[in-house]
Amino acid sequence: MSAGVHPLANVIASVARGITGVQVRWQGCAPEVKQRIYFANHTSHLDFVVLWSALPDAVRARTRPVAAQDYWEAGVRAYLAQRVFRAVLIARGRAAQDGTAQDGAVHSKSDARPEAGDAKAAAAQVIDQLAAAMGETDSLIFFPEGTRGTGEAIAPFRSGLYYLAKKLPEVELVPVFLENLSRILPKGEVLPVPLMGVLTFGEPMRLGDGEEKPEFLERACAAVSGLRRKGQS
Amino acid sequence: MMAMSWRLVVKDPQLAWLFCGVLGLLIVASAIGAVLARAAKTEGARATIDNLNARTRAWWKMCAIFALTLLVGRIGSLVLFSLLSLLALREYITLMPTRRADHRTLVWTFFFITPLQYYLIAIGWYGFFSIMIPAMAFLFIPTRIALSGDTHCFLERAAKIQFGLMICLYCLSYAPALLTLKIPGFEGRDARLLLYLVVVVQMTDVLKYVWGKTMGRHKIVPLVSPNKTWEGFLGGVLTATGLGAALWWATPFTPWQSAGMALAIAVAGAAGGLVMSAIKRDAGVKDFGAMIEGHGGILDRIDSLCFAAPVFFHLVRYYFEP
Repeated sequence: MSAGVHPLANVIASVARGITGVQVRWQGCAPEVKQRIYFANHTSHLDFVVLWSALPDAVRARTRPVAAQDYWEAGVRAYLAQRVFRAVLIARGRAAQDGTAQDGAVHSKSDARPEAGDAKAAAAQVIDQLAAAMGETDSLIFFPEGTRGTGEAIAPFRSGLYYLAKKLPEVELVPVFLENLSRILPKGEVLPVPLMGVLTFGEPMRLGDGEEKPEFLERACAAVSGLRRKGQS
Repeated sequence: MMAMSWRLVVKDPQLAWLFCGVLGLLIVASAIGAVLARAAKTEGARATIDNLNARTRAWWKMCAIFALTLLVGRIGSLVLFSLLSLLALREYITLMPTRRADHRTLVWTFFFITPLQYYLIAIGWYGFFSIMIPAMAFLFIPTRIALSGDTHCFLERAAKIQFGLMICLYCLSYAPALLTLKIPGFEGRDARLLLYLVVVVQMTDVLKYVWGKTMGRHKIVPLVSPNKTWEGFLGGVLTATGLGAALWWATPFTPWQSAGMALAIAVAGAAGGLVMSAIKRDAGVKDFGAMIEGHGGILDRIDSLCFAAPVFFHLVRYYFEP
């Protein structure tokens, strides 16, 4: 079901590439057309676009970002997310936040807290939705921290990545480290400073046999932070 | 544009001769590179020759871009140098550990101060463009950082941004500012002055490289740069001085004056290379970037120009502008 890439998407990707002058390093794998979940540290609105722009055309057409519905469902944002980048919008609120919260977590703190059982059901529903969106062909770009950080330390991963890995054991999980993008466009800023970013793709991983949630999430987080270039703090 | 460029060349045959000289050098360099590539036997030699040929290929592109913008006129050069300033500043700031609170200061630096400096040069307002950064921006940067409320390493952060502004923007902008000088008997020919500066600076770098690779023995400051040798420096500076003297016909200078100018340019350029090497060494990197094949980043290529431009500009302005 992979439609062609929206022309505006390519334009935005080129502009983002120009501003960030990003250097792309395929360190642990090659760009290939296969089902993958790219998971990365999250520090800037540029993260998704820059990551997506680093993929070859054929892969781009089959790679969709995961984004929070409440943040991306109205106005220009909705157009960009749904029409231009074919984002998979997932429901959030406290319930789903534990599962796969994405950008804009700050904006939805006031949501009512449902019961624990509801939370679990909602989270499971989100995982089903993501798996369905991937279908047989598509890949996802996923930020397991749940919200944009300051760029200094990577926040602990939320459990969504684990449940996805469990549900889709044949899909490759590719860790990606985004460097300097928080300096280019930090959270809360509108104008970017055109510094140079670095984007590193690591070695694909999968959920191990009998691997428990905390170990897996820790391993995934270490896989991302391990891609930091030596000598860079 | 073609017609305009053509008219400029016809009107100023000496400029055309300078271009022909550069073109000839490039052809000779490519030919030598091709011969050396065939002769190279060992792995190490091959790597050096590959890098040499990559540099020559990049030179072709850089010369083409520079020549085209020069032919467009003052606007072309201003656009080129403002882009170079932005790219150099980007490479420099990327290496500096600026903080989240510096973001707005950097936005001002990139999108206001840089265009303003080149605008002031475009309108030829010497009294303002020569003090805007050392006097005004110098005060503005720490003020804006203080307003952000983050005092951690305050002076260090302010100083690092100020230094970047001085080198990548202020000093470099003196190169196109040559086009604003009014030298009696040299009206409408100032493009030659800019070309002269760039040719002498860049040829000093090339000659230092050639002398250093072939004769280099005694390192100048091995802790800063193991590639800089006394043989390379002296050979490069002296041959560049000779080259400058030989180019006197394209300038408002006599041969001896031209030799003196070239000497000043070459020495200032060498200082630039040394200072920027020290910054790179401190930051733990070999190059500022990877934009130019074989050379590294933009700032790696123009470090000597940044130091030579203000020296040359003020020498010319002091001695030749009434």
